[in-house]
Amino acid sequence: MSATTLFTAGRAGRRRLATRQRLGLGLLGLLLAIAWLTPWLHDADPARQQLVRILELPSLVAPLGTDHLGRDLLARTAAALRLSLGMALLSVISAAVPGILLGVIAGWRGGWVDRVLGSLADACLALPGLLLVLLLVAIAPGNFWALYVGIALVLWIEYFRVVRARTRVLVASPQLQASRLLGFGPGYLFRRHLWPELAPQVLTLAAFGAASAILAMAALGFVSVGLRPPTAELGLMMTELLPYYHEAPWAMAQPILALCLLVLSLNLLAGKDPR
Amino acid sequence: MDAISSRRFPALAGGLGRVLLPRLFQAGLVAWLVGTLTFVLTRTLPGDMAYRIAAGRYGHDMVNSAAAEAVRAELALDQPALLAYLHWLGDLLRLDLGNSLVSGEPVIHELSHQLGHSLGLAMVAVLLSLLLGPPLGLAAGLRPGGWWDRVSEGLASLLRALPPFALGLLLILLFSVSLGWLPAAGHGRTAHFVLPALTLALALAAVSSRVARNAMVEVSGSAYYAFSRTKGLGERLSFLRHGLRNAAVPIVAYLGVQFVYLIEGVVVVETLFAWPGIGHALVHAIVARDVPMIQGTALVMGLMFVALNTGVDLLCHGLDPRRRQS
Repeated sequence: MSATTLFTAGRAGRRRLATRQRLGLGLLGLLLAIAWLTPWLHDADPARQQLVRILELPSLVAPLGTDHLGRDLLARTAAALRLSLGMALLSVISAAVPGILLGVIAGWRGGWVDRVLGSLADACLALPGLLLVLLLVAIAPGNFWALYVGIALVLWIEYFRVVRARTRVLVASPQLQASRLLGFGPGYLFRRHLWPELAPQVLTLAAFGAASAILAMAALGFVSVGLRPPTAELGLMMTELLPYYHEAPWAMAQPILALCLLVLSLNLLAGKDPR
Repeated sequence: MDAISSRRFPALAGGLGRVLLPRLFQAGLVAWLVGTLTFVLTRTLPGDMAYRIAAGRYGHDMVNSAAAEAVRAELALDQPALLAYLHWLGDLLRLDLGNSLVSGEPVIHELSHQLGHSLGLAMVAVLLSLLLGPPLGLAAGLRPGGWWDRVSEGLASLLRALPPFALGLLLILLFSVSLGWLPAAGHGRTAHFVLPALTLALALAAVSSRVARNAMVEVSGSAYYAFSRTKGLGERLSFLRHGLRNAAVPIVAYLGVQFVYLIEGVVVVETLFAWPGIGHALVHAIVARDVPMIQGTALVMGLMFVALNTGVDLLCHGLDPRRRQS
């Protein structure tokens, strides 16, 4: 469903845009499959250490090898992907819903409501995003929810701004005025007139937002102020495996590659940057 | 670009207040946000904050109740929340940031060292990215759809998908470990600048090259650009006289957005390359629960962000006469 709506986003060069997004969708599907099918097909606990089998090469028992504590890397990478994607989905949804809602209200009502909500958004943007998340993470160290609240707090503004600007234009359009004069309620007006126009942009923002949520979590994990070991998290795995790049380059390549492909797939899926 | 803006600066005194006032307000907001969040930090950390800080300061085996009480009195942890909060903001207002809980040095003193290192790194990175990104983007934008446009688009997508720490890691593995050309981490000689600055610059250039490309496509498709060609100017002259400055406006304006990325990148890249700057200090302060240092570093980074954005605003103001009139 998301693919078909996203395709309409491109005006010029639709053909090439569509291929890009199809590529992104395929890549994302592949990563999703790896993340969620692995626990069924490959019976290994991502946290189980086997100190007699450290830094093993890929084999039948451990298809992607083992890390410095003998933990199965396929299970860990899959768990980290699940965590990243779950976090991305959660923060995107909880940023998009208030962002769209407040954006429509601000664009529709205008006046002081618009000004108050606008300055609220500016206040959230006063600090660079990661700095705000860092401070929140400092308040509740190693806590998934602090990380999630911080990321959602940074992400909602994008939706708010785009939706507000678009709504302001749409509210003045003749077709919406006509529907309003015919006596349709706000719910109908939103469904019939606003959402179809907003959906492509919102979905593009959602894909970009998911990518930045994943990057923020990995960056914090990498500088070891994010989630705590033994959580399987992409940034954390990179720091853990960094000392063993010489003995096990294939092990260190895995979290980097997984993160890169994940972000690439979302960026491709998003298509054009709306900003 | 600098030459153009300095030539124009005398002319922009009129609308200057409209540019500077919101940024001044933003700076105040940053200070308040950072102050409030770090205050909440002292109140909400689990366990007894005084013992925790004392452990950070004196080491875990040296903590006793006397040390904890001293910390409690120093940070006003025993006062009611509202009073302590006002006290906290008052200290911030007087720029009294306290002493670091780890080293015992005044925070301001530590920050003044670190800020220089961070600014140096950020400046080199931005300049390098401006040397790399926009020229490549403009070249791509002159022939949209050509082979160079496609290659640079692919490269930019790839670089944008690589977060700065992963990019830095790959650069270390390539240039320091495999080839042994450059030091992997540290600070001191010029060679130490190369890898961290390159990491930041590549990531910044990936975005600015695309912005430059789109700006150039728009400019070269415009009526005034077509007219400059029909009136007989050569490709080079019409680019220099009519293309460059118009294409520069979105590139400079987008720098403001990129500074978000720069500040985030500084935190991560400094940590990766053991660069003794603000970002590195912030991460260390968070790990060590050094509350005054967290406040100081976050404050300075936030203000640095505002200052850089003010610079961009002024530059845009100077570059684009349409902004001055509206």
